[in-house]
Amino acid sequence: MALLEVKDLHTSFFTDAGEVRAVNGVSFNLDRGKVLGIVGESGSGKSVTAYSIMQILATTGKIVYGSIKLDGQELVGAGEKVMKDVRGNKISIIFQDPMTSLNPTYTVGHQLMEAIMLHTNRNKQEAWDRAVEMLKLVNVNEPEKRMKQYPYEHSGGMRQRDMIAMALACEPDILIADEPTTALDVTIQAGILELMKDIQKKLGMAIIMITHDLGVVAQLCDEIVVMYAGSICEQGTADEIFYNPCHEYTKGLLRSIPTTANSGQKLQPISGTPIDLLNMPKGCPFAPRCDAAMKICIKETCERVQINDQHQAACWMNVKKAVNAHE
Amino acid sequence: MNNTENKKNEPLIRVSHLKQYFPISMGFFKSLPLKAVDDISFDIQEGETLGLVGESGCGKTTAGRTILHLYKPTAGEIYYRGKPVRTKKDIDDFRAKATMVFQDPYSSLDPRMTVSDIIGEPLDVRKMYKTKEERRERILELMDHVGLNSEHAARYAHEFSGGQRQRVGIARALAVDPDFIVCDEPVSALDVSIQAQVINMFDELQEKLGLTYLFIAHDLLVVRHISDRIAVMYLGHMVELANALEIYDRPLHPYTKALISAVPVPDPIEARANKRIPMTGEIPSPLNAPPGCPFNTRCPYATNACREAMPELREVEKGRFVACHRVEEIN
Repeated sequence: MALLEVKDLHTSFFTDAGEVRAVNGVSFNLDRGKVLGIVGESGSGKSVTAYSIMQILATTGKIVYGSIKLDGQELVGAGEKVMKDVRGNKISIIFQDPMTSLNPTYTVGHQLMEAIMLHTNRNKQEAWDRAVEMLKLVNVNEPEKRMKQYPYEHSGGMRQRDMIAMALACEPDILIADEPTTALDVTIQAGILELMKDIQKKLGMAIIMITHDLGVVAQLCDEIVVMYAGSICEQGTADEIFYNPCHEYTKGLLRSIPTTANSGQKLQPISGTPIDLLNMPKGCPFAPRCDAAMKICIKETCERVQINDQHQAACWMNVKKAVNAHE
Repeated sequence: MNNTENKKNEPLIRVSHLKQYFPISMGFFKSLPLKAVDDISFDIQEGETLGLVGESGCGKTTAGRTILHLYKPTAGEIYYRGKPVRTKKDIDDFRAKATMVFQDPYSSLDPRMTVSDIIGEPLDVRKMYKTKEERRERILELMDHVGLNSEHAARYAHEFSGGQRQRVGIARALAVDPDFIVCDEPVSALDVSIQAQVINMFDELQEKLGLTYLFIAHDLLVVRHISDRIAVMYLGHMVELANALEIYDRPLHPYTKALISAVPVPDPIEARANKRIPMTGEIPSPLNAPPGCPFNTRCPYATNACREAMPELREVEKGRFVACHRVEEIN
């Protein structure tokens, strides 16, 4: 049994302008000790998927349909009491901006100890020791001194380390990282990514890495989920996604980034603009921007097709019948 | 030497010993200079793209803005086509030929102006038209350059996506018919698929209009793609300047080495093989930069000489400039 099973998840935001279907039938499994990358552009629903798992959606947001099982236990509709035990204890999350995730009016140590004492029955001294131990784990120098400092006294990279220490203090089974390095410089980013990989090996937890940066997923992830307009277009091992992409959107993404291989050549961008979630087309959400779109793409959405045992894609190009009928 | 030959050898932009210090107040009557840009010199040839990279706080944005005289330089000179830009009139003339594209397409466009007014504003300021009809035609021509439809002219910036807004910002920069554009992180706020569209547009515009760019960005793969040469900055100083492909394949300065090895390559096999050169410590505050080489506190090769004397940016191979005392020994 997978550690986390997400099945046909639908999450919507009910706004004045109408229902925004941010997540539209997302399913994936996460095994113990694996690193799963969720890649997509802004508005693809990658963060909302994570917030749905944690059930920390804004007040207008709601899980409309679907199931999220952690170790076999259903979380959708399980109630706040269960979720309080899950958050921090079993699943932790770190966010993009480490400045706004820490409270500027308390010391870093206070905030770390608060999280530890809330989820375990350690006393103050034990919580202090644990917090120092966690800061050591994330390579913060002079942890005792750092504990007594306020967030503004820490640099951006160090604040993200503080957040990781806090998220890992209760040894969760899953760490969700929502663009954890986007606000950081490349050299700091490389350090944080290495740290996450090391800790993941040491503690054997699973990571869900949410990012728009294909470079970051290539560094860190075993498996990749590519999202567009609230649905998964492709899922597979990192090598399958990078070297054998089977969805036109993934192919387009890989063609549009500058790499060492395509230097000197013109980039091949994806034409058009991202989709308006209030005005979703009937067929494949990517069809309006897809150069290879066929009649059937505009009419019907494609179910996920098994490419091989490590790879699935939801693109009509992989369905022989549809391609043949088009020709 | 005749006149045309003179023109050929003259770089479009020459920056000579540029310094930009900001006074930081330290209580009553006391202030310390924050050395955002500390003595940088370089040339940009006509039609060239010079990429300027570095981490946050290294002074790359300040350098770009000071070159356009958006800040008054603390010291140093900027030459445009061989002539120094000094007086108010020089600056005014220079700005008619040198413009800027900003990072954030959300805050750099006035939300109360229509697209045609945003693009038309530089034309109004410089009185670049005789009739209303001429103004309208010029605006439509500019919109066509950046791939916007004429029906977008009457709309407001908030009705557009990030990529389209950046196109509006570029059209505005092109309005005065410039030679030189400082592009300050113009694609970093955009989604990957849109980024490629805008990068290609910069390339096409350069070809069509013969533009020269100073392209400031932190994304090394993007800079490598668009630039002819790349300059690397650290703590207000320029540490390396070389051809874009060479600097990426064979960096010479220890900081450039560490920076390039930290770039996450979008290729799992390459990523697994990649060995990162770790950097110890953090970037020192520009308020109290270390004496000697700015990188000596984090450099694995630093010696006493590095802690005492500031290395000059010198030409170590043809067209390759490095500011490091030990560059020959360590490579």
